[in-house]
Amino acid sequence: MTTLDSSKEIKKDNNDVSEHHEDFRIFGLITFLVADGMTFAGFFAAYLTYKAVNPLPDGAIYELELPIPTLNTILLLISSATFHKAGKSLQKNKNSDSQKWLIVTATLGIAFLICQIFEYFNLPFGLTDNLFASTFYALTGFHGLHVTLGTLMILIISWQTRSKGGRITNQNMFPLEAVELYWHFVDGIWVILFIILYLL
Amino acid sequence: MPKLLNKNYYLILIISAVFGISFWIGFNVNLLPPEASINAPIYDELFKILFIIGLIIFIGMTIAVIYSLFKFRKRKDQFGDGIALEGNLSLEIVWTIIPSIIVLIIGLYSYNIYDRMGGMKELNHSHEMIDSSTEKIWAGISQASNNEVASNNLSVEVSAMQFAFLFNYPKGEFISGELHVPVDHKVSMKMESKDVIHAFWVPEFRIKQDIIPGQPTILNFTPTKVGKYPIICAELCGPYHGGMRASIIVEEESDYKDWFNKNTKTEVSL
Amino acid sequence: MTISIDSQDSNTKSLQPKGWLRYLSFSLDHKVIGIQYLVCGFLFYLIGGTLASAIRIELASPMSDFMPRDVYNQVLTLHGTIMIFLWIVPVVNGAFGNYLIPFYVGARDMAFPRLNAVAFWLIPPSGLMLVASYFIEGAAQAGWTAYPPLSITTPQSGQIIWIMSVLLLGGSSIFGGINFIATIIKLRRPGLKLMQLPMYCWAMLGTSLLVVLSTPVLAGTLILLSFDIVAHTGFFNPVLGGNVVVYQHLFWFYSHPAVYIMVLPAFGLVSEILPVHSRKPLFGYTTMVFSIMGIVVLGLVVWAHHMFTSGTPPWMRLFFTIATAFIAVPTGIKFFNWVATLWGGKISINSAMLFSCGFIINFVFGGITGVALAQVPFDIHVHDTYFVVAHFHYIVYGGTVFIIFSSIYHWFPKVTGKLMSEKLGIIHFAITFIGFNLCFAPQHWLGLNGMPRRVAEYDPQFQFVNQISSIGALLMAISTIPFLINIFLSIKDGKNSGDNPWNALTPEWLTSSPPPVENWKGEAPLVEEPYGYGKPISKEN
Ligand code: HEM
Ligand SMILES: [Cu+2]
Ligand SMILES: [Cu+2]
Repeated sequence: MTTLDSSKEIKKDNNDVSEHHEDFRIFGLITFLVADGMTFAGFFAAYLTYKAVNPLPDGAIYELELPIPTLNTILLLISSATFHKAGKSLQKNKNSDSQKWLIVTATLGIAFLICQIFEYFNLPFGLTDNLFASTFYALTGFHGLHVTLGTLMILIISWQTRSKGGRITNQNMFPLEAVELYWHFVDGIWVILFIILYLL
Repeated sequence: MPKLLNKNYYLILIISAVFGISFWIGFNVNLLPPEASINAPIYDELFKILFIIGLIIFIGMTIAVIYSLFKFRKRKDQFGDGIALEGNLSLEIVWTIIPSIIVLIIGLYSYNIYDRMGGMKELNHSHEMIDSSTEKIWAGISQASNNEVASNNLSVEVSAMQFAFLFNYPKGEFISGELHVPVDHKVSMKMESKDVIHAFWVPEFRIKQDIIPGQPTILNFTPTKVGKYPIICAELCGPYHGGMRASIIVEEESDYKDWFNKNTKTEVSL
Repeated sequence: MTISIDSQDSNTKSLQPKGWLRYLSFSLDHKVIGIQYLVCGFLFYLIGGTLASAIRIELASPMSDFMPRDVYNQVLTLHGTIMIFLWIVPVVNGAFGNYLIPFYVGARDMAFPRLNAVAFWLIPPSGLMLVASYFIEGAAQAGWTAYPPLSITTPQSGQIIWIMSVLLLGGSSIFGGINFIATIIKLRRPGLKLMQLPMYCWAMLGTSLLVVLSTPVLAGTLILLSFDIVAHTGFFNPVLGGNVVVYQHLFWFYSHPAVYIMVLPAFGLVSEILPVHSRKPLFGYTTMVFSIMGIVVLGLVVWAHHMFTSGTPPWMRLFFTIATAFIAVPTGIKFFNWVATLWGGKISINSAMLFSCGFIINFVFGGITGVALAQVPFDIHVHDTYFVVAHFHYIVYGGTVFIIFSSIYHWFPKVTGKLMSEKLGIIHFAITFIGFNLCFAPQHWLGLNGMPRRVAEYDPQFQFVNQISSIGALLMAISTIPFLINIFLSIKDGKNSGDNPWNALTPEWLTSSPPPVENWKGEAPLVEEPYGYGKPISKEN
């Protein structure tokens, strides 16, 4: 095996991946979120094209009110902050604080979902009424699915950050960091969605 | 020294042979159906150029590969490796720049061809069949003809459905299953589908345009040769897609008038 | 979702079944998964090939007489979908990528072995589901492009199963892509620089970027399409105010990159095979890397060249013409570099080499027709005709499938420790090459002269040329026989190949053949010059 340059050989066993461990899992997650983001990008592109070329037929109703989504935007933004707090607390080894913040975050997530459902019930149009109605429901629904998943994961990790017997600790922050990244991503998508669907 | 000369001599010989063969094939092998519209010769001009360039590249590359396989094959008594040549920057720059230039020239040239076919016209503003300015008409080919007199234009409304074409002559207020047009006159068609996507294709005219439900498209052409040509649906539209055909009949102006009047009359008498 | 996948977990690995049974298990070993992809893909290739033969039998006569018209459309749709999503994409990415990438980066496995196994095991069920849909109420019949409104109005069950199956396959491909990117970027053995990686790594990095960026858009689009079918929304249904052209944009935003997803890995594989058998370094490593990345970037912005007759506005046609034509430049560079790699080598003319050279010739041809098709005025006449069918088969069969065979001949000794029969290999190549060209070259003429694609019946004047094409298809079908015989005979009693029968320098050959479970007995070697042929490194060998 003359191709091996022994002077450059590393002493550490390459199999000892713990060295990159954290690192590449987050990296994988980021790649996944890029992919997920592209799904949204496709939906947004479709919506914007419809807006540009497909006029709303006469008599079709497509009106959105701002109060609830604005409230929702605020809820999600706060929840991002509280999640951040949870992470910081865990870093300082304050598990129970971290758990509290996580529960606050999850509550905000649930509040968001409730508001969203409330908005659905009060809209003057249904899923199949017209093109824009359908696109609206598809986009907010797909995002809501992300929030639901996120909330479930937050509940799970908040259980796992409990002081006694929880698996997520100062030493093992990865699950919390991963869900946090995901949650910020879902927030970011919501802001874009809010601007495109409600403000434009 | 003489050896080097020899080598270059062969190279030049081979290159000119490749060019010669490609040009010969390009000019003598006809792969296209007859030309029957003013678009067709323009198209065939582009085809010929692309065909020749393509042949030069293809024959050249094939010779290079086969020659290398033969010339540099490992003989029985040979061992070891070939030369450790890892690249040659100037050579690589050459074969980046030359293809870029070729591609650019082809692009500009085909733009020119397309413009001559009328493809670059903004249809939304020029077409006389657009009734309201809000209606979205989607581009097709809007082609200039020799005798561009608006009143001379023949307007036809095409509707496609599974699995037939119908041609509506608004001036005569009748519908026909065959498209009759006078030779050397510009024909403007507004096409719309009643169900799924179809496409209007006349190979002899070198034109094709999708017929889309919900979005009218436009296609203009000027036939130049009397005859009967197939209209072919070129977009998968269901089980009988392969059978979805019609005919376009290009006839002398007087014959066309006769046909037109005959149909108008029967329609009126109904 | 993707989070809690542990990396190398030797404990679970030792519990995995041994022997051939491990190929039927949820194995986490990247080499096992690679073979699983390959064999599974090949089985689907046989199904897809049978369907292709049915198509060619139908087209041997101008009448629609071999099967009912709607069945023909189902066969056509299944053929396209199976060949793309269950044969080319999984094999050229999943099979070779999984087998080779960990070796190339000096790792013991992929970054996320469990995700990797999940990605593979999504494939057989979705493939079977797709095939089974034919026997339920008939398969989808709107073509592999599933353009609405046709896909909304044809029988629903087939179309919905088609959508579900493609969604799962897309998911599998995204998971694979994430894994490749993470492995190549993050799992490199310490000391190994990016610019020292074998070219296949770069090809897979580029491909995986395309997978991650474009496949999700297809997934989103198909979800909307399924809403249109099931919930009667009107995204793509003009009757309900929808817009069919938006579907085409979204679909081709994925499906153009998809052709590069099918062909870039082949570019990578051929870059591994040519230097070994011509005993020369890969010509122009750096330009090769840049041209791959150039293809990735350009590949994302050319999709509307599939829609030149769809009523797109003139400026859009112009832009997409120029962008598309320019892809020919980085692609051309690669081909010139490969020929330069052959030039001055000591070439062993064996099956792997022949298939690779066949690939160069076929692909150059397909690329030339591709540049022609990029020109709007040219494309308008031949779009949706047999000219296009011929073009993409030159790319995807003459290109990628040839490279798959070449790679099998090249890496068979690696996987099994046995040599394949060269005699049978050369027979296989000869029949495939002749059959392929006989089948698809005449189709260019058919398209130019008025035969549209996806038809079960055609103008009788085209019968003779269609029959030639069908004979070519018959030869292609026959050509799999020597190949299969070769595989089975070689596995059973092939000559022992030793660890490195080709004296290759890339890392996968620097361990035993077949390799041990975690790839290297000791530490992974640091290969700084994977193409150091003709240099001291190679001479010492
Ligand atoms: C045994 C070799 C093959 C033969 C004889 C064959 C034959 C055909 C034929 C005749 C068609 C055209 C049907 C029509 O449009 O009317 C077709 C379409 C197609 N083939 Fe193949 N094919 C072969 C291999 C492959 C492979 C390896 C791929 C891999 C990607 C492939 C991908 C496709 C695709 C994507 C279509 C278009 C399907 C559609 O438009 O719905 N084919 N093939
Ligand atoms: Cu049709
Ligand atoms: Cu494309």
